[in-house]
Amino acid sequence: MTGVWQSNFSTDMTDDVWELRLYVAGQTPKSLTAFANLQRFCDEYLAGKYRLEVIDLLEHPHLAQRDQIVAIPTLVRKLPEPMRKIIGDLSNKERVLIGLELRSR
Amino acid sequence: MVSQWERTNPFVSVLPKAPTGISGLDKITGGGLPKGRPTIVCGGAGSGKTLLGVEFLVHGAAEYDEPGLFLAFEETPGELTMNVASLGFDLERLIADKKLLIDHIYIDRSEIEETGEYDLEGLFIRLGYLIDSIGAKRVVLDTVEALFGALSDTYILRSELRRLFNWLKQKGVTAVITAERGDGTLTRHGLEEYVSDCVILLDHRVTEQVSTRRLRIVKYRGTAHGTNEYPFLIDRDGFSVLPITSVGLDHQVTEERVSIGVPQLDDLMGGRGLYRGSTVLVSGTAGSGKSSLAAHFVHAACQRGERSLYLASEESRHQIIRNMRSIGIDLQPWVEAGLLHFHNARPTASSLELYLTITNRIINEFQPQAVVIDPITNFNLMGNPNEVKAMLMRLIDNLKSCQITTMMTSLTGGGDALEQTEVGISSLIDTWILLRDMEANGERNRLMYLLKSRGMPHSNQLREFLLTSNGIRLVDVYVGAGGVLTGSARAAQEAQERAAALAQAQEVERLRLNLERKRRALEAQIAALRANFDAEAEELYRIIDQQAAREQQIMTDRADMARHRTVYSTEPDGGESGRRNGI
Repeated sequence: MTGVWQSNFSTDMTDDVWELRLYVAGQTPKSLTAFANLQRFCDEYLAGKYRLEVIDLLEHPHLAQRDQIVAIPTLVRKLPEPMRKIIGDLSNKERVLIGLELRSR
Repeated sequence: MVSQWERTNPFVSVLPKAPTGISGLDKITGGGLPKGRPTIVCGGAGSGKTLLGVEFLVHGAAEYDEPGLFLAFEETPGELTMNVASLGFDLERLIADKKLLIDHIYIDRSEIEETGEYDLEGLFIRLGYLIDSIGAKRVVLDTVEALFGALSDTYILRSELRRLFNWLKQKGVTAVITAERGDGTLTRHGLEEYVSDCVILLDHRVTEQVSTRRLRIVKYRGTAHGTNEYPFLIDRDGFSVLPITSVGLDHQVTEERVSIGVPQLDDLMGGRGLYRGSTVLVSGTAGSGKSSLAAHFVHAACQRGERSLYLASEESRHQIIRNMRSIGIDLQPWVEAGLLHFHNARPTASSLELYLTITNRIINEFQPQAVVIDPITNFNLMGNPNEVKAMLMRLIDNLKSCQITTMMTSLTGGGDALEQTEVGISSLIDTWILLRDMEANGERNRLMYLLKSRGMPHSNQLREFLLTSNGIRLVDVYVGAGGVLTGSARAAQEAQERAAALAQAQEVERLRLNLERKRRALEAQIAALRANFDAEAEELYRIIDQQAAREQQIMTDRADMARHRTVYSTEPDGGESGRRNGI
């Protein structure tokens, strides 16, 4: 479950911890953009209460099956339930926030 | 299967092929799908796309040692396994043997948000991982177009799918990609643009409440392929395609003759019956005895120990068996012995092609030597006359190539010309027996006529036949001044003849008695004369005897006298004699 990049873990393990997974396939420009965008949103809206795991499918191809990953990059919100998926390089901030249900539609 | 085909198959090419194992499809594609290339199978809902894909993988895994991957976008592996289990495919065993892998790609539109650029590398990685895990040589994507429903950026999807097909080609796997048929296009999203090697179109159409499945190879680069629409069938054995092409007119023929089941009818055909492998048509109006003749035919075949197939489309098996008992033919023992097989199906229940496919398969499985189709006129419900004729032609070709003696019955409608079969197949058949009713003197009687019988001398006589409790019996007809006499008229004629014969016999008897009487009178006279004669003779004999006795007495007396005289002359006391002598 280790990514190629370092992961930021939240320091306080509260109940409403956000568990996020970013699926990428190698260090493509889209993946790098997505990762940078995600970090920015997390720091802004979820500071201190999220756990981010970056999974490179090139290294762990069997994991594509587990979360039904088709598109790359895909951000999966495992927690809180229900699971949400956001695909793309996360360049549209509004849509990312809607997708993560950080902002009502 | 392939080797024999290849010699005669006009569609064979040098492109490497991956056999589908689907009977018929490999024939019209010259050996299968293009190996190492993607093939699009398109068609409407329920046209059999998924099944074709599954069969392609199952046959590949089980028969050609090519492991397969099934990537389902719509059905879960459980559903898929269950669905095809009803067709006799045991996917679980193949999965356990690592010859088959089923994966389900599930994308829920509602839980996905799209933002920015993306690609389908995840799908590629997943696919690559699965292919490598079992060394798959065959891949089915069913239905990849589901992605269009899940993801909204069609521009990305299109370019990614194009990349996917190229990627599959580079992987060297033989891929089947199923796609929904679009409105005016082969596939809804124009996938055929990306796959140029082979496109197969499946069609499921309903004409006059009869459904027919058809398959057409729209495109097959580098291979001459059949361009017709080929009917295909999905049944308990899965998918089978039926090439329309006929086997041609080079059947083996035989001189062997077999009885038609009615000895008197055999007599009409040169006394030896039908040629084995010939086709007999029995046509006639309703109730003219067509099925009865057919029952005789199968009965005789079973008696010879031949397997017989009865294709009935009007009556059920039990009904036929019961009815034929009334004319003294019990077919039940043959059914129980496994010699006779009934296949009952309403023609409207399936299309002509389906019927032909099913029939051919039954024939292949059962290997009969005699077949009855009763009646063929019902096929008219299933298609137009040309289609019916084409179907029957193929059926007859197949039967002849297997040297199966066939009897078909044809119902002639009330107002139709007798010498015309409704389905117009008279030119295809070898022997045509016409059954007709003749109405006269307030009754209907059955007549039989051998209209044609190829390759044998046959009677030109119209014969009356009776359905008796001992089966069909042919009787001579009487030709009189008013035409042929049948039924009661014939019976009356027969009675008249019998009476005349009786009178004749009586006259002879009378003369004989007369003669006898005369003889007896003569003999009596002779006896009387003889008695008379005997009486006279006796009298005469008596007189003769008396005369003889008297003669004897005289002689004796004379001797006595002489002696006496001698004695008188020497002896003194002989006065009497002396006196007489003195006189």
